[in-house]
Formats: sequence, C-alpha cells, structure tokens
Amino acid sequence: MSATEYIVRTKDVMKEFKMGQETLRALNGVSVDIKRGEYISIMGPSGSGKSTLFNAIGGLDKPDSGSVFINDVDMAQLDSNELAFLRCHTIGYIFQTFNLITVMTALENVRLPTIFAGMNADDGTERAMELLNIVGLGHRYDHKPSELSGGQQQRVAIARALANNPSIILADEPTGNLDSKTGTEIIELLRKLNKDQGVTVISATHDYKMLDVSDRIIWIRDGKIDKIENRADLDIQLGGMAGQEE
Amino acid sequence: MAAASNGQQQTSHESAGIRQIHLPFSTVVRITMNGLKIRFWRSIVTASGIFLGIAFLSYVTTNLLSTSTNDADERARMIWLVVMSLLVSTVGIVNSMLMSVTERFREIGTMKCLGAPDNFVVKLFVVEAAFVGTIASAVGWLVGYLGAVLVKAASMGIIKAFASVGLVLSLELAAGCILVGAIITLIATIAPAQRASVMPAAAALRTQI
Repeated sequence: MSATEYIVRTKDVMKEFKMGQETLRALNGVSVDIKRGEYISIMGPSGSGKSTLFNAIGGLDKPDSGSVFINDVDMAQLDSNELAFLRCHTIGYIFQTFNLITVMTALENVRLPTIFAGMNADDGTERAMELLNIVGLGHRYDHKPSELSGGQQQRVAIARALANNPSIILADEPTGNLDSKTGTEIIELLRKLNKDQGVTVISATHDYKMLDVSDRIIWIRDGKIDKIENRADLDIQLGGMAGQEE
Repeated sequence: MAAASNGQQQTSHESAGIRQIHLPFSTVVRITMNGLKIRFWRSIVTASGIFLGIAFLSYVTTNLLSTSTNDADERARMIWLVVMSLLVSTVGIVNSMLMSVTERFREIGTMKCLGAPDNFVVKLFVVEAAFVGTIASAVGWLVGYLGAVLVKAASMGIIKAFASVGLVLSLELAAGCILVGAIITLIATIAPAQRASVMPAAAALRTQI
C-alpha cells in the first residue's frame, strides 16, 4: 500500500442531472485534496451539490467528467468488482437515514461488511461485538433497528462503517435526522474515532455543530467550491460572532 | 473457487491493495436462507403469488389430461383454460417477484455500499427465486392436483378419481408445473435484480416506493 499524503483528491469533478427538460449542473468543476487523518466538513445549503460530491468521492455515483482519486487510484479505472473491494475495505459510509437493514439485528448489521470481506462468521461476530461496545451499544446487540432510537441506529451505522477498518469514513448529513443533543453525541463519537484510530472523516452537512470539530471546512455553493477554511481561522470568526450576539 | 482467485488476480491496482472480492457460494446460500427466515411472512406472501398461479395451472391441466372426451368443443375450451391459467400464473409471479425485488432496492444500495459485488447481489436473488419458485410450484401442483381429484371423487368415488388421473401422468405434470413455475420465477426475478445491481449505489439508495 502506498502511503501518500492525500487520501482523497478530486479534479474538476462535474456532474449533471436531467430534470425533465432542464439540465441541472450539480457539480461544476470541484477540485479538493484531503489529507490522511483529516476531519473535513463539506458545508453548504440544500441543493448546493454537497451530497453529489459525497456520492462522487464514495464511488456511489460516477461523475460526468473529472476524476476522483482514492489513495492515488483513479476510481474511473476500477471495474465494478474492484469498486466493491474499495467500498468494502477502504470506505465506511454513514447516512442521514441510517440505512440499516431493517430485518437484521444490530449485530447482524455490523457483521455484514465482514462477510463481504471474507471474514469467517466467528471472527465477524467478535469484531461486530467489539465495535458495538465501542459505540456504547454492546448491550443492545440483539435489537432490530425499529427497536432502537435514532441516535442508537446511527451508532449502529457508525459501528458498521468501521467493520473492516476503513481509512475513510464518509458521512452524509449524519446528524440530519437527530435532535441537537443526540447530534452532538454522534459528532463527538466521530471526532473520537478520528483522533483515536486516525480514520479520515469526510462529512457532508449543514449542521453548524460540525464546525467545532472539523479540521477544515469546504463550503460548496451552486456546485462550486465557495471557500475552504481551516479551523484555526474559523475559531476567530466564531468567537467574533458569539461576541456580537451577546 | 473463492480461495484460489486472490493469488491469480494481478490487476494493475494491486499496488494500491485493490483486489477482487470472491464470496463462496455457501455464503450466498447462507445469507439467502437467513433472509427468507427473517422475512418469513413476507416470503410466504411472495410464494403464495407463485403457488396460486401454479395451483390453477395444475388443476386445469389435470382435468384436461384426465378427460377422455372426444367432443372437440369441450377440448378446445379446456385447452383455452390451460392457456389462460398459464397467463394468469405468469402475471401473478412476475408481479410478486417484481414487488419483492423493488421493495429491496435500498437494501441493495446499502449492501453495495458495504462492499457487496454486483454479481453477489444478483446471486442472492437467483438463489432465493430458485428456492421459493421450486417449493411454491411444487405445493401449487399438489394442491391443484388434489383439487382436481377431489372434484372428480365427488361424482365417481376417490379410487376411480385417482385411477382416471393416473400416477405417471401426474408425476410428469408435477415436473412440468415445477419447471414452469421455477423458470417464470427466475426470469421475473433476474431482470429487476440485474437492473438494481448495476445501478449506481446512490441511485439505488434514492429509490422510494
């Protein structure tokens, strides 16, 4: 494995959607470089293209032009099987709607990726229990998603995303369906995993609570990068804003 | 088959650690059976779509084969019934399977996100369709057959009724019904499953029904 500084790079990514007669350009030439171990927030209003960028980085949708590199591998060059391998081992996904498999228990959900990684059932179960304990749900392993609260479901989803030790966690509005307090807990959990395990977290969001923990914030507007801010610069701004409110 | 592949597949992306995923067939079967068990009642509803169609087909065909009428009109009417029942079972099965695959598009998208290869997704549905299709068709044949015999038994007695249908003929019919049911089920499943598996994962996840 090549250890490059940049784990994700996108170059002039362009994506259009046809909406009836009109063509909507969701992404219009987005280039970002994301370093290993960073905690990145992609911010922007609804319809700004942040979810489209999320899908492009995660290999969930193909850009119309431009390239996405993960660990210096151009995703467009991968066949569907290699893409599946990449999704299985390198990227963990977290969604706004949790996307747990409703008929499976928490444990079975977390174990599923280990099956795709070829792990045997006992090791997979052990790994899944270990992860459920990390996210604080070890005691609820036998519950179906419908028997868990939103915050708990998202914790299961986070445990599932970590199943195969990915180097990237991609989160699409992870706090979008959660109340403020639960959202903060999820953000803190992601930050903790980022610090403890060195996993790169890339999160599309419009939750301002995310700003506090992000290393960098990529602002997207109308399918383009509006600005990229470092947290160091942002602290001053936020401090200023907080001061004004008082 | 699963273990041998890793060494041989030297792709250009090997340096980045990207290889192929190969899952043994037993894994496919295990996940499928587990899935059927978990959604037992939903599977029963799907299976009853197949079962009813094949039972109808089996009933009218048993009648046709065991009637020794020389009346051309009567025969034509019965053949027409068989063709109709075949149509009805096809529509019933296609409807059942289309629904049971479509309602799982999001699940397919999720599985793809977790690293399931496209062909694995298709295999899951193929194994499920083969299993459900065969069992539901077999039960459908039996019920249709017994139904036909019982209707005859009402007028000629149970022994004569069985005799008029004949064992060899019945077994041939059983094989035919199971084959027809399983094949229609497979075709009705593979088409939507194939479509779902090659869909970009994002599109599958967006699906609302």
